[in-house]
Amino acid sequence: MSAPEKATDHQAEIAARVKAIESIMIEKGLMTTEAVDRLAEIYENEVGPQLGAKVVARAWTDPEFKARLLENASTACAELGISGLQGEDMVAVEDTDDVHHVIVCTLCSCYPWPVLGLPPNWYKMPPYRAAMVKAPRKVLREEFGYDVPESVEIRVWDSSSELRYWVLPQRPAGTEDFTVEQLEALVTRDSMIGVGAPKAAA
Amino acid sequence: MSSGVHDLGGREGIGAINPTPAEPVWKAEWEKHAHALFPLAFRAGFFGLDQFRSGMEQMDPDEYLNTPYYEHWVHSVVHHGVRHGHFDADELDRRTQYYLENPDAPLPEGKDAEGELVAFIEGIVPVGAPAGRDTGKAAKFSIGDRVTVLSDAPEGHTRRARYIRGKTGVIDRAHGEMIYPDTAGNDRGESPEHVYTVRFTTEEIWGAEEGEPNGSITFDVWEPYIVPASK
Repeated sequence: MSAPEKATDHQAEIAARVKAIESIMIEKGLMTTEAVDRLAEIYENEVGPQLGAKVVARAWTDPEFKARLLENASTACAELGISGLQGEDMVAVEDTDDVHHVIVCTLCSCYPWPVLGLPPNWYKMPPYRAAMVKAPRKVLREEFGYDVPESVEIRVWDSSSELRYWVLPQRPAGTEDFTVEQLEALVTRDSMIGVGAPKAAA
Repeated sequence: MSSGVHDLGGREGIGAINPTPAEPVWKAEWEKHAHALFPLAFRAGFFGLDQFRSGMEQMDPDEYLNTPYYEHWVHSVVHHGVRHGHFDADELDRRTQYYLENPDAPLPEGKDAEGELVAFIEGIVPVGAPAGRDTGKAAKFSIGDRVTVLSDAPEGHTRRARYIRGKTGVIDRAHGEMIYPDTAGNDRGESPEHVYTVRFTTEEIWGAEEGEPNGSITFDVWEPYIVPASK
C-alpha cells in the first residue's frame, strides 16, 4: 500500500474512533455537538494571536502597563479582558538588545492559549521539541530563517510546569509615530513564540 | 512515565521542523471533536491535567512519534475512560467499526436540554483551571540559590526531563506552591509543592563542545526535584 493511501486509511480510522467515543459520551450526557461547536468557534474566531498582539502593542506604548506585564502577565492581561485556560499563570519575558527569548514544551505541547490561541502543529511535534533546547541558534537560523547574532544571549524557556511563558518582542525601529492599532498589526504569532521578529515598519 | 519517548529535549535524528507560516486550527473535522474531548472528559472526571499527560505518555513510542497530534489526546481519553469504567473497550471497538463502515451515520441525539455543557465551555475558557495552591508551607529555596536536579527519577509520571537530571543551575524565579505532577499524575493527589524556575547554561546541559555559546535554558522544577548544589 502506498504511503498516501495508508495515511488516508489512518485518518478514516481515527475519525471513526473519535465518533465512537463521542457517541458514547453523548448518550451518557457528557458531550453534545453544540458544546463541540462552541469550543471550536472560540478557538477559531475569538482566541488567537491577535489578543497577544494587543497586549504587546499596549506594552510598547505604555511603560507602566509593561512593568505590570513583566511583573505578572496574567493579571496585566486580565486588565484587557484576556485570561483563561492554559494561561492561568502566564509569564512574559522581554527581548532586549542583549537577550532573545524563545519558548518550547519539550515534554508535551504547553502553550499560552489566552494570548496565542492553539499552537501550530510544528510547535507540538517531536522535531521542534527535541531540537529547540539543544541548538536554538541553529534551529532559528536554518528552520525559521531568523538570525540571532552570537553577541545576543538566547534563553530557551521550557514550559515544564503550568507557568506559560511567552515573548514580549522588541518594538521595531521607525514606529515612533505609529498608533496602537498600527503597532498591533506588526506583532506576529512567531514573534511571541520567539521564532521570528515582528514585521518591520513599512 | 519517567523516561518515555515523549521526553524529547535534546533527542537527535527525528526530522525537520518544517514550520508553516499559517495553517487552519483543525487539520480535519475529527480534530475539532478530539479537542473538545479534553475539557468535557475533564468535566466528567476522567482525569486531571497531569493524569491526562500521563495517559499520552503511555502510548506506544512509535505511535507517539508518528501519529497526528490530537490522536495523543484521543489515546489518553480512552485510556482513562476505560480505566474508570466510562467506556467498555469492546463496545468502543464495535462502534468504531460501525462508523468506519458508515462514516456519515449521525451521532445520537444530545441530552442537554438546559445547555449546561455549552455553559461549562463558556465558563472554563476565560477562567481556566488554576494549578496554584497555598498550603502555607515555607519555601526551602530562594532566587539566586544554586541547586542541582536529582539524577534519578521515580516510576510513573514526572516532569523531571532527562536532560536536566543531575545538572546544576541558579534559581531565577519562585512561584509559590502548585499541584505536584509526580503525585497528581499517578493518582496520588495534589500534594502541592513550591515551584521554581531554574536557569542552566547551555554548556552545563550539553557540554562545552556541543552546547551553543551564549545560551541558557530555563526549566521549572518542583521543590522535591532539587537539592542545594555542592560547592
